[in-house]
Amino acid sequence: MSKTITQPDFKTRLQNILPKLVLSPSLALILVFVYGFIAFTIYLSFTDSRMLPTFGWVGLDNYVTLFKLRHWSTAINNLAVFATLYILICTIIGLALAIFLDQKIRFEGVLRPIYLYPMALSFIVTGTAWKWFLDPGIGLENTMHLWGWESFTFDWIKNREYAIYTVVIAAVWQTSGFVMAMFLAGLRGIDNEILKAAQMDGAGNFNLYRRIIIPQLRPAFLSAFVILSHLAIKSYDLIIALTGGGPGRATEVPATFMYSYTFTRNQMGIGASSAVIMLMTIAAIMIPYLYAELREKK
Amino acid sequence: MRKISKLSLAVVTAFMASTSVALAEEVEVLHWWTSGGEAAALNVLKKDLESKGIGWADMPVAGGGGEAAMTVLRARVTSGNPPTAVQMLGFDILDWAKQGALANLNAVAAKEGWDAVVPKALQDFAKYEGKWISAPVNVHSTNWVWANKKVLDTLGIAQPKTWNEFVAAMQKVKDAGLVALAHGGQPWQEATVFDGVAMSAGGPAFYKSAFIDLDPKALASDAMKETFNRMTTLRSFVDKNFSGRDWNLAAAMVIKGDAAFQIMGDWAKGEFLNAGKVPGKDFLCFRVPGSEGTVLFNSDQFAMFSVSGTKAVAQAELAQSIMAPSFQSAFNVVKGSVPARTDVPNTAFDDCGKKGMVELAAASESGKLFGSMAHGHANKASVKNAIYDVITAHFNGEYDDATAVDELVDAVSLANK
Repeated sequence: MSKTITQPDFKTRLQNILPKLVLSPSLALILVFVYGFIAFTIYLSFTDSRMLPTFGWVGLDNYVTLFKLRHWSTAINNLAVFATLYILICTIIGLALAIFLDQKIRFEGVLRPIYLYPMALSFIVTGTAWKWFLDPGIGLENTMHLWGWESFTFDWIKNREYAIYTVVIAAVWQTSGFVMAMFLAGLRGIDNEILKAAQMDGAGNFNLYRRIIIPQLRPAFLSAFVILSHLAIKSYDLIIALTGGGPGRATEVPATFMYSYTFTRNQMGIGASSAVIMLMTIAAIMIPYLYAELREKK
Repeated sequence: MRKISKLSLAVVTAFMASTSVALAEEVEVLHWWTSGGEAAALNVLKKDLESKGIGWADMPVAGGGGEAAMTVLRARVTSGNPPTAVQMLGFDILDWAKQGALANLNAVAAKEGWDAVVPKALQDFAKYEGKWISAPVNVHSTNWVWANKKVLDTLGIAQPKTWNEFVAAMQKVKDAGLVALAHGGQPWQEATVFDGVAMSAGGPAFYKSAFIDLDPKALASDAMKETFNRMTTLRSFVDKNFSGRDWNLAAAMVIKGDAAFQIMGDWAKGEFLNAGKVPGKDFLCFRVPGSEGTVLFNSDQFAMFSVSGTKAVAQAELAQSIMAPSFQSAFNVVKGSVPARTDVPNTAFDDCGKKGMVELAAASESGKLFGSMAHGHANKASVKNAIYDVITAHFNGEYDDATAVDELVDAVSLANK
């Protein structure tokens, strides 16, 4: 008798406990290896660590030095230029592509993956391919010269002032297809009844998009913005493959700055403080987003 | 079927080999010499150790300057399991010694008489607080110019002896429609050029007080401004597509006769030799005009980490083999550098190698042998890279000469805190 009672009891208890049991190792791992190390990095940014972590407290010294470094201000400026243009152009091209693909055209099933495909490549591949394509000696400029257009010049990648824009070009090529997919999903989610009603009221195509469809895509815009902005802030591999931070140091961004100070220049304290600044920048974007998302759910 | 049995045989032999190695004494060596010639040169060392019954656990981490290797090393040392020996450069060795991670090789050094044969300037990087901590393999030197002899002969240019002659020669090449100076626009290459130019513009005393002692007065001096001025001159002789080019491609331009000169360390010689060129006949090697008599060096060494028991015995054997004149000669003939001890016979070396050996010995005698700033033998990594930043920004046109001097003083003071 008692057996029949305890048996389901144990089972239900196990059932209750199992999800927690299964999740706890990964939770513990995440706590240590993500949040633990974030805390460790923040701590290191206040220490005199050079080659290996050391624990001599120096207060805000690293941050003061960091903002005195011209190298860091170059990195920040580059990030501002890169992130603004990258997010803006990606969104515009992605939205345009999505709207055009949404016109119930033929071969949509073929076109969509073609635009989406660059996202499947790694940034290293994108960077290397664009490096060759943009190189005046072997790429576009050389080809144009061979075809007889002798006066054609396109040497942005070798030009300190313009090199950062080549990074934008490559990054936009890589990601705008993905943004298109996000907008396309948003467009497909819009209720057809609303559109029909609007058309009956005599709204033209332009007004239809401007007043009804695009405003309804607000969540898609927000997701696109958040994804693009964190891609921009953490971009590292693309820069390394495309320009190597050059010409000179002209295309350094905070991520490459962080790596070089932490691991090759033996100034781990300054590297850690730049990592903290990057984390805070991302947090400044993500926290309002998460807050808005969570509030909507209620 | 035969394929499978062959495969399984291979697996079994590999397994046997690995176990037999594991039983004997073994050295584990972390290095980044993975390219053909370098790997072949290391084989000499491997064979030598095998003849003494010591196994070699190879731990290659590819990547030119060893950045990747250093990241691996940090992880190994932090986890308390360092490799026996690690290929390392200049100040990195001293930094590790400061952390107390390196072994004491004084017993071997005394037995083999290292103190007498290794140049004093080099000992500063191989000894810490009176203890030998690493075994230098070679001495590279950075203030070299490599020239295509055929190009110079056709244009009637003699080997330039002074800076002005050098500039005139480059102008002549440029006027003839060729590239005067083959250069790759990467920060370390610009710094390598800067090394020789600074020495030629300011002389040994200036070089020492500016880049080794980091004296702010020397950093802000007129000689420094003249150095940047000369860099601007050089900038006008490179082709417009220089930025980002690898050094070996720049060397190839000189080899092919598209360009006349390249300022690069003696590792460039390997490229010329591999292309079947003969020193003195097809190409010339000479010091950056104005820096003759001085040698700016960097040296590959094997830093020995603290290990215990039989590992330490094997480590001592390894150190002894590295410093043996036979290995020093065999390795450096292939690598393009010169031996780290001055008593190695020069019979196996080519003309440039012989020249390098004589000049190294002479510079060491006369106190004109200095660590290369560009290759981490004048100052620690943070300062080196801060100087790189300024040199490369100036070379790419961001600063004029006077601003570059001011920026250099600032950058060094920030990095040297």
